[in-house]
Amino acid sequence: MTDTKPTKTITWVEEPEIGFWESTFVPAIMKGLKTTLQHVLDRKTVTQQYPEVEPDLPLHYRGVHRLNRDEQDRVKCVACMMCATACPANCITIEAQAAPAEWTDRDKFPKSFVLDELRCIYCGMCEEACPVDAIELTHIYDLTGETRAELMYDREKLLSVYDQTKDNPRDPVRTSRGVLGPSSEFASLPTLGPATGVPNADRSAKAETAGVIRTNGEGPET
Amino acid sequence: MPEILITLLTITVVVGAIPGVCNYLILLERKLSAWMQDRIGPNRVGPMGLFQPVADGIKLLLKEEVIPSHVDRVLFVLAPAISVFTAMMAFAVVPFGPVNDPAAPSFIRFMIAPNVDIGLVFIFAITSLAVYGIVLGGWASNNKYSALGALRASAQVVSYEIPLGMSVLGIVLLSGSLNLEEIMKQQTDGGIMNWNIWFQPLAALMFFTASLAEANRLPFDLAECEQELIGGWHTEYSALKWALFFLGEYTHMITISFLTSILFFGGWSFPFIATPESVYVGAWLVKVLVLMTKAFLFICVIIMLRWTIPRFRFDQLMELAWKVMIPLSLANLVMVMFCRHFEFSRWWLFAGSLGLFAAWGVISSNLRAAEIQARPGFQAKKVKTV
Repeated sequence: MTDTKPTKTITWVEEPEIGFWESTFVPAIMKGLKTTLQHVLDRKTVTQQYPEVEPDLPLHYRGVHRLNRDEQDRVKCVACMMCATACPANCITIEAQAAPAEWTDRDKFPKSFVLDELRCIYCGMCEEACPVDAIELTHIYDLTGETRAELMYDREKLLSVYDQTKDNPRDPVRTSRGVLGPSSEFASLPTLGPATGVPNADRSAKAETAGVIRTNGEGPET
Repeated sequence: MPEILITLLTITVVVGAIPGVCNYLILLERKLSAWMQDRIGPNRVGPMGLFQPVADGIKLLLKEEVIPSHVDRVLFVLAPAISVFTAMMAFAVVPFGPVNDPAAPSFIRFMIAPNVDIGLVFIFAITSLAVYGIVLGGWASNNKYSALGALRASAQVVSYEIPLGMSVLGIVLLSGSLNLEEIMKQQTDGGIMNWNIWFQPLAALMFFTASLAEANRLPFDLAECEQELIGGWHTEYSALKWALFFLGEYTHMITISFLTSILFFGGWSFPFIATPESVYVGAWLVKVLVLMTKAFLFICVIIMLRWTIPRFRFDQLMELAWKVMIPLSLANLVMVMFCRHFEFSRWWLFAGSLGLFAAWGVISSNLRAAEIQARPGFQAKKVKTV
């Protein structure tokens, strides 16, 4: 290994030589003035008159949360604490209570569900973590309040956000209404590639999505 | 009307008008910059934001006057006053209309102090005092950023005084007078072909550039650059004292624009509509408007420049003054002396100015190449392998 040739790793580039006209500054300044003058004369305003004109937000905009209702107007949440666990800002506090006996589809429901909108960083992790699609982020962006306590959203307030936004086409309820959520449809849903390596025998190793790391049986056995 | 009353009237009008004009220039600046950046600009107060300056003025008047505990109180309060005082004083000898026009009403004079034979010298003497406002403000603020801004301002203003003064010396030689009225009269008498811009185009460029540096306007606003120095010398200022600094700056801008129009662009003269022969009713008003339009256009150019080109680096700023503008303005002066002494046609000066401009390009491109070659580790056009 003595005859290794040096490989090209760094390319030094000297700054371009400056010519006669450039060094007088005048043509460059004229060019710049031409650009700005064109903008003055041919005005295409890109700003919006905000309070009068509401912005057209992208569909994946993440604003104030809501708690969805199911078809019987009950809160969809099953108080599994997944959102509170996933939350990087620790802004969700849930108190669970045993569900009434006639609610056959769940064990628990939230007795209190408090979300600190001031502490929230609007990352959408709660929405991703929720197994029953109960918590969702809406397009409401102009969240204001006069006190901190006002912005501690409790269960009723979050449900009222749902009532307020459920018919807005920009805030569709992202799963079929009435059904508790995709967690119950797990076996029939197409698999997603997991972030960790999986052995070939695993169901998720056959996922259609890109980026599946197959460990060829060398990984941890399942 | 007695002389003293006319003087008082003129002073009252000018001192009353300038702050209002400055306020509206700030609105103009905000509007122009907004249009350049595809925005709308202030549009909430009044139609199209036209009352915004009034609202701003009221806000600045009513704001709390904060004097930080660590400042030198006397100098801190004195600095903005100096700034405004010098800017206003300089305007005293600037004619803003057809002085001595027999058709104009006798109680209007278009100049606070007429017949000042040292007009130009007076202006330069007073405006160079304006740097005291900046230096004292920066020093009294007792703050690192302010001190840095003040240091930069003093170095910059001292450097640019020289090309500023020397670039107009050519005009003084050509017209044989320091009196602004006399300089303007010689141009207006001869019509458009007698404007000094034809004989001194390079001097006009240098005068305009140097006066931008004098007024601390971009691209030469190193003294206050918001990004690095958080406002520089006026970091600690608020409310009315801050407003006074800006009043000074904008007054300076107005003075510069008037001076450029008067010295190089023929004052109130304009072909066909404003000549010494025009005798129609209201000709004096047209002349005033012509001069003001010229000045307004220069103000627009200054504002456009601010939002078009980036700030100079400090060494580039100094290089431009000492290595380019001072030698060139000296050469220009020698050229004018030569032309005057041997009584050549003035039009040779136009050709000579173009030649000097070419010299500017050659000098500075060579300087830049030499600077690049002198850098440690310079290798001409080679790919280095590691």
